[in-house]
Amino acid sequence: MKFAVIVFPGSNCDLDMYHAVKDELGEEADYVWHDSTDLSSYDGILLPGGFSYGDYLRCGAIAQSSPVMDEVRKAAEAGKPVLGICNGFQILTEAGILPGVLLRNKNLKFMCRTVSLKVENANTQFTNEYAEGEEIRIPIAHGEGNYYCDDATYEQLKKNNQIVFSYADDFNGSRNNIAGIINERGNVLGMMPHPERAVSDLIGGSDGLSLFKSIVKQWREANVSHA
Amino acid sequence: MSVTLEPNTEQIKQQKIYQQMGLSDSEFAMVEKILGRTPNYTETGLFSVMWSEHCSYKNSKPVLAKFPTKAPRVLQGPGEGAGIVDIGDGQAVVFKMESHNHPSAIEPYQGAATGVGGIIRDVFSMGARPVALLNSLRFGELTTPRVKYLFEEVVAGIAGYGNCIGIPTVGGEVQFDASYDGNPLVNAMCVGLIDHKDIQKGIASGVGNPVMYVGAKTGRDGIHGATFASEELTESSGDNRPAVQVGDPFMEKLLLEACLELVKSDALIGIQDMGAAGLTSSSAEMASKAGSGIEMDLDHIPQRETGMTAYEMMLSESQERMLIVVKKGREPEIVELFEKYGLDAVTVGKVTDDSTLRLLHKGEVVAEVPVDALAEDAPVYHKPSSVPAYFKEYQLMDNVEPAVEDFGGTLTALLKQPTIASKEWVYDQYDHQVRTSTVVSPGSDAAVIRVRGTNKGLAMTTDCNSRYIYLDPETGGKIAVAEAARNVVVSGAKPLAITDCLNFGNPEKPEIFWQLEKAADGMSEACTILDAPVIGGNVSLYNETNGTAIYPTPTIGLVGLVEDLAHVTTQDAKDAGDLVYLIGESFTEFGGSELQKMVEGRIFGKAPSINLTIEAQRQQQILAAIQKGLVASAHDVAEGGVAVALAEKAFGNGLGLDIALTGSATTALFSESQSRFILTVSPGNASQFEEIVRDARQIGTVTDTGELTIKSEDGDVWINDSVETLRSAWKGAIPCLLKSEV
Repeated sequence: MKFAVIVFPGSNCDLDMYHAVKDELGEEADYVWHDSTDLSSYDGILLPGGFSYGDYLRCGAIAQSSPVMDEVRKAAEAGKPVLGICNGFQILTEAGILPGVLLRNKNLKFMCRTVSLKVENANTQFTNEYAEGEEIRIPIAHGEGNYYCDDATYEQLKKNNQIVFSYADDFNGSRNNIAGIINERGNVLGMMPHPERAVSDLIGGSDGLSLFKSIVKQWREANVSHA
Repeated sequence: MSVTLEPNTEQIKQQKIYQQMGLSDSEFAMVEKILGRTPNYTETGLFSVMWSEHCSYKNSKPVLAKFPTKAPRVLQGPGEGAGIVDIGDGQAVVFKMESHNHPSAIEPYQGAATGVGGIIRDVFSMGARPVALLNSLRFGELTTPRVKYLFEEVVAGIAGYGNCIGIPTVGGEVQFDASYDGNPLVNAMCVGLIDHKDIQKGIASGVGNPVMYVGAKTGRDGIHGATFASEELTESSGDNRPAVQVGDPFMEKLLLEACLELVKSDALIGIQDMGAAGLTSSSAEMASKAGSGIEMDLDHIPQRETGMTAYEMMLSESQERMLIVVKKGREPEIVELFEKYGLDAVTVGKVTDDSTLRLLHKGEVVAEVPVDALAEDAPVYHKPSSVPAYFKEYQLMDNVEPAVEDFGGTLTALLKQPTIASKEWVYDQYDHQVRTSTVVSPGSDAAVIRVRGTNKGLAMTTDCNSRYIYLDPETGGKIAVAEAARNVVVSGAKPLAITDCLNFGNPEKPEIFWQLEKAADGMSEACTILDAPVIGGNVSLYNETNGTAIYPTPTIGLVGLVEDLAHVTTQDAKDAGDLVYLIGESFTEFGGSELQKMVEGRIFGKAPSINLTIEAQRQQQILAAIQKGLVASAHDVAEGGVAVALAEKAFGNGLGLDIALTGSATTALFSESQSRFILTVSPGNASQFEEIVRDARQIGTVTDTGELTIKSEDGDVWINDSVETLRSAWKGAIPCLLKSEV
C-alpha cells in the first residue's frame, strides 16, 4: 500500500507519520508538498499534525485552500482512506470534509500528555484491529483540540456511528469527549490524538499501531476481492 | 513623513552620544585611533554592538580561557554558532545553550520565544537538524503577581515557539529564589544531529562571491538588543521594550527546512545566523574568520518598514534571518530554493579582499570599517576581583543541622517547595514527543532521545544549583558540572561535553567578578576530571535589578551518549522485592540546602563539599553497572536530600519503599551532601552489582505497599506516609501557587 504524507508549510508531524507507516508497517510512503495537483498514484492520504501556516487566521484555515486539497477531496470522493491527525483534523474540518470545529482547549493552554481513549466504533476501516469499547493510551499535543458541533450535527454523528474515539476524561472541553470522527461514508477519519506517536514501546507505547494496521488490512482485503 | 536627523561626527564626540550606545570614553578613543578619524553615527553603532559584552566577551574572555575545550571527539569547540562532538558512524551531535534574560524580564513571552528561536538558528546554521530543546529557568518566589506573570508567560513563550516549529522540548529545570525577582533567567538549549560531511562554517571566502540575505525581512525591532543585554536592569528598563525582538516560529520553520536543503548544495560557501547585532555581527564575523572583507548595498536589504536608515538596518535584531555566501553564478538556484518556501533570498553584496566592511546606502558609502576591528579587536578587560565579606563570614561558620521535629511533615513541606515540586504544569505545555524519538520524557534526571537509524541515544540535561555557587563559587561550580554529569550517568549515558550560560551580576563590581572567576575555576576542574570539555555557550552579565545581583548562575547543559538503548535507565523503582542501595555518605551539610532555606528563611554557611576524584569513580562504576544490565532504576540525590530522592523514586509506579538509615535523622534524611545516588537492583544481580559499585550500601527494599517508610537503624520510625499523599502534595504545589491570589 502506498501512502501520501501531505506536507504543508509548517507541518511538523510529517516525519512521524512517514516513519510510522514505513518503518513500523513496512508500507510505502512519500512526502507530498502542498502544491501537488495529482494524488492518483496513492492508495491512502495522510494529513499530518503541526502548525500549517503558523496557525495564522485559524488552525487549518489557510492550508484548506492549498492546491493539494482539491486532490484530497477527490481521493475522499473516490473512497480512498484519508486520515487527518491533529492539525490534519483541523484542516479537514476547515475544508468542510468533516463536520464541526476545533476550539481552544478549555484551559487555554497547549497540552502534551498521553491520555486514555475509548474506541467507540471498531467497525471502520481505521479501527477494525481494535475491539469495540477498548481503552487505548495515545498521546495528545494540541492547543486547539476542543471539538465543538451543534446539536443537529451531534445527533447525526451519533445516529451514523461517526464518533470513532472519545476521551476517557474531559481535559480539553470537547463536546461529549469527542476525540475523533469519521465521515458518513466511512473513509475519512479526523482525530486530535496522535496514533503515529504510539507505534513502538521504545517511545512510550504501541497502542496506535493497530490504527495503521487496520487501514492496510482493509485495503488488502478490498484489493484482493476486486482482483 | 518624518525625517530622522542623525547626529554628525562632531556632535557624537562633543555630546558623547557614544555613551548612550554603551561605548566608554576610552573605547571611543580606540575607535578613533583604529579609523584614523571620528566615526559617523552608523559606524559608532557598529562598534558599540560589536564591542558590547554580549558580542565581544570583553569582560569574560580571561575567564573563558580557563575552560578545557579540547578532546579527540570534539570536532568544533567554542567560536562557531554551536559546538560539535563526534558520536561515531560518521555522525555528530551539535549543541549550544544561550541566555535571553534581559528581553524576558521586559517582555517575557517574546523574550523567551526568541531565545528559543535564536538557539535553534545557531544549531541549523552549522548544517545540523535540530532534534531537541531544553531550558533552564529562574524566577523570584512564586508569591507576587509579577513573578507569576513572568513565569507563566516565559513558559508560554517557550511552548509557543518550540511547539510550532516542531522540535520537542524534552527537558530542563526551573528554580525559584528571591534573587531573581526582577531579573528572571531564561537559558535555552538546542541539540542537533549532523553527518560530518555536512558541517558548515560561518565564513565569507572567495573574492567576488555574492553575499546573500535569506529569510525574514528587516524591521526596527531589537535595535541595540546586544547593548541592552549588557546593561543592568533598572526601573526604567521597560522603556527598552523596543529592543526586544518579536518571534515568528512559522517563518523559522520555513527557514530551517530551506537552510537544511541549502547545506546539501555545493554552491554554499558559508552561512551564519543574524543573531545578536544582526547584520553587523554576521557580516563582520564571516569576513573576519575568512580573512576577507564584505561590501553590502543596504538598498537591497529586504525591509519590513519604510525609511529605515543604515544604522537601523545594521543594528536591527529582527528574527529568522541568515547571511550566506555562495559561489558566484549560482544565485538563481539559491533564489529558487528559497522561493519554494516563500522566503526572500537576495544578493546584498560581495566578498572583497580588503578586510573592510563597506556599507553603501542610497549611492553613498555610509560606513567603512576594518572587519577585524569589529570582530576581533574589542578591548579585553581584566577586571579587579575581591573576596566578598559574606564569603569570609560563611567560611567561618560551623555546619549545623536546622531544627526539625516532624520528619514526615518536613518531607511533605519540602516536596511542596516550588524548586523541588513537580514541574508537570510546565512541561505539559511543551510538545516533548514530536519527531517520535523521545525515549525518556521530561521529569526524569535527564531526557533521552534515540538517534534514528541506529541503536544509540543521547541523554541531555540542564543544571545549576546557584545557592551553592553564591555561598562558595568554586565548590558550587564543581557541583554544577558534577550534578549535570550525574544526571546523564544515571540515565545510562557517558558524558560527552558541556555548554554553559554564565549568568552573573555586574562584572565591574570586584565581588561579582570574583564570583565569576571562582565559579569558572571550579567548573574547569570538574570538566577536566569528569572528562566533559566545554564546547560553547554564552555569557550574560549585568543581571542586576536596581543594583542587586542575582545569585551567580553558571547553567550547565550536558549531553551524553547512550551506546545502546538497552542501557537507558529511569529513576522510578521498578519491582517490589528489588533492593535499594545508597551510594555515598551523608554529612551534616545544609549550607544552601532546601531545608535550610525553608526552615531559616535564608541561606548561609558553607556549600556542601565535593571530592571530584570520588565523584568520577562513582560515576564510572555506576555507568559500568548500568551497561552490564544490573541496575533496575537510578536517581541522584539532590535538593532535599535522601528523603526527597526516595519519594521521587516511589512516585512512578504505585510501589512503596521500606528503608533504614544510619546516623542523625535530620542529616540522614535531608542533608545535601554531594556524590550520592540511590539505585534499585533485583536480588539476583545484587552480588555482581556490589562488586562493581564499591561504595554501595543496601538501605532497604522496594515494596508493594504504596507506603514510604524510613526508619533509624534501631527501628524508630522517622517517616511513614502514603506515597500517593506525598505525590499529590508534590504534584499540586505549583498549580496551587499559581491559582492562589496574593
